[in-house]
Formats: sequence, structure tokens, C-alpha cells
Amino acid sequence: MRGSLSGLITAAGVLLLQVATLAAAQTVLYDKSRITCVSRQENVPVEAQFRKFTAQIAFDPARPETGKAQIEIDLDSFDIGFDEYNNDARGKNWFDVRNFPRAKFVSSSMRALGGGKFEARGPLTIKGKTNEVAAPFTYKEEPGSGVFEGAFSIKRLQYNIGEGVWKDTSTVADEVQIRFRIVVAAAKPAAKK
Amino acid sequence: MSNAASTRYTRTAIALHWLMFVLIACGFSLAVYMVDLPLSPQKLKYFSWHKWIGVTVFLLAVARLAWRLTHPSPALPATMPLWQQHAAAVNLVALYVLILVIPPTGWLYSSATGVPTVYLGLVQLPDLLGRDKALAEQLKLVHVTLNFTMLALVIIHSAAALKHHLVDRDDVLWRMLPFIKLRGK
Repeated sequence: MRGSLSGLITAAGVLLLQVATLAAAQTVLYDKSRITCVSRQENVPVEAQFRKFTAQIAFDPARPETGKAQIEIDLDSFDIGFDEYNNDARGKNWFDVRNFPRAKFVSSSMRALGGGKFEARGPLTIKGKTNEVAAPFTYKEEPGSGVFEGAFSIKRLQYNIGEGVWKDTSTVADEVQIRFRIVVAAAKPAAKK
Repeated sequence: MSNAASTRYTRTAIALHWLMFVLIACGFSLAVYMVDLPLSPQKLKYFSWHKWIGVTVFLLAVARLAWRLTHPSPALPATMPLWQQHAAAVNLVALYVLILVIPPTGWLYSSATGVPTVYLGLVQLPDLLGRDKALAEQLKLVHVTLNFTMLALVIIHSAAALKHHLVDRDDVLWRMLPFIKLRGK
């Protein structure tokens, strides 16, 4: 009697959890996720990481068009590996984090591209400027998690990133690649057998 | 004077010697100048140029070593004390080693900072190390220390050459000078 009761409670709990996780956005595993950008200065690719961001993602690979994503990047967390450069990046010429602390992407549509590839489109806002971007990505299910991985390019000058002496693209190229790898906990808790 | 040709270095050796001298002097001074500049596009350019110079010096050093091994250098004057001959040889070997070792330390340092080396903006060298800030600091120290060691050896090397020319009045400097056919007496 006792055994069956606890079994019932467990079953109800699992059901509740499933309902809850389906309704809400997927849980992002931030310690496994990375958003970086690669800029080129005189053809030298240099990667920098945005160490802090928040992501709300609801995605079902079987119905990608219902997918939604909203990502906010804390620009203060930009890290290109040199303190001097990081400080400069926070200043007015680059991100101007005091006035524009966050970059934001909100998906307006998602679709399957075929071959396990998908695409999210939507406005990307950085430093008060908004432009439409298309971010192709792959989605892979791993045990206990789902991995979104992709990259797209933006033109930094469209967002006024790099003003003054940095406007000259012969040193730092206009095109900057944004790379992301976002890992979410599996939407459905792995069934215990 | 029939042996005049053999008492001088070959034209190739002379050209390589002075070309490398100019490049190393430029690379060295550029480095000393650029490191403390505030961040600017120009500073980034200087870093790139410094790396290009380093790669060029390394390639020339390999060519020069190959040339030297196949083209013996003229003998030192027999009047030179043995210890001086040994000292000159040790200094030369040390300079060759440094010229070959310093560019790779710069390359490793560059890799550890996460900034690859792209030779002339065209050819990207592979990164031998992953990004590692602590390691980068150590490699920077190695790169800088080796460079100042080289500076000390270059000073000894040139002081000795001048001493041969001005004090001993022998042919030691003359045999490495470009654009000179005969020593004016």
C-alpha cells in the first residue's frame, strides 16, 4: 500500500514536471553555453567572448516554426583577452555600455532549412541600432541536453561599433562573426527505466 | 691580391647579414616603441608588422644558416689571440641560436594571447597553443629576455668588429662590409 502510494506520487510529480517544462522555456545550461564574436584586424581573426547573457528558448525540432528565442547579452562581459582592450571596448567608441548595457536578439520567425539545419530570423539590437539578422543553426540532442550551434555575420558599422579612429575598416574589418553554442537541459526528463 | 675574394664573405652572406641587421633593428625598435602606446588602430598595425618582421627574420635565418653551412666563412686573422677567436665563435653561435629561437617564442606568445599570426596579412600560421593568459605572460617574459640578451650580444659583436677595424686595423670588419671592393690603405 505504502509502495504504491509513493509510486503514484512519483508518477504525478513526473507528469507535473513534464507539463511545466513543456509550457516554460527550456532551461539553459550557461556553464556549457558560449557566445563569442570573431573580428578581424588586418586579416587576423581574434575571438572574444561574452561571458554573461540570458537566453529564453522554446524549440521543438519537430515543429521548428513554433520556436522562439530571446537572447540578451551583457556587453560589460565582453572579454577579448586583454584588460586594456576590454576597457576600451566598454567605452563610447565601441559598445558604450553605460548607455547601452545589453545587446538583444528576439526571434520573429524560425524555420527548418533541411539537413538538420534551422534558421532563426529577427531583429538584433546593439547600441541603440536595430537590424534584421538571420542566424542559421543546428540542433543536436545529446543525453540530457540539447545543443544549438550556429554563426552569422554582422557589419559592425551598422551598429556604430567602433567609432572615431576605429571607423576605418582597414584595421578592424566591418564584418564580425557572431558564434553561439547554447546548451539547454533536455525538454523531457529522461525516463527512468 | 689573388686571394682577396676568399678573404671576404660571399655577396650572398653579406647581403643576408645586413638585411637581417636592418630587419632585426626595425623589429626590435618597433617593439620597444609600440608596447606602451595607448590602444589605437596604429598600435594594432604595428603589432602585425612586428610579427611579419619576425617571420621574415626567421625565414632568412634558416636560409642564412643553410648558406653558411655550405659556404665556409673566411678565416680570422692568425694574429688574433685564440681566446678571442673562441669568444667570437661562441658569440656568433649564440646569435644564430637567438635569431632562430626568438621568432618562434613570439609566435607562441602570440598564440597564447589568442591573436594568431597572419604573415603579411595573407598566410595564417597555425596556433601552437590554446589561449592561456598565465602562459602568455611567461612567454612574453621569455621573448623579451631573449631579445635583450641578443641586444647585449649584438653590442659585443659590433664593438669587437669596430675594434678590429679601428684598433687592430685588420680585415675582419672589411670582409663583411657591402659595396667595398678593396680596403683603402
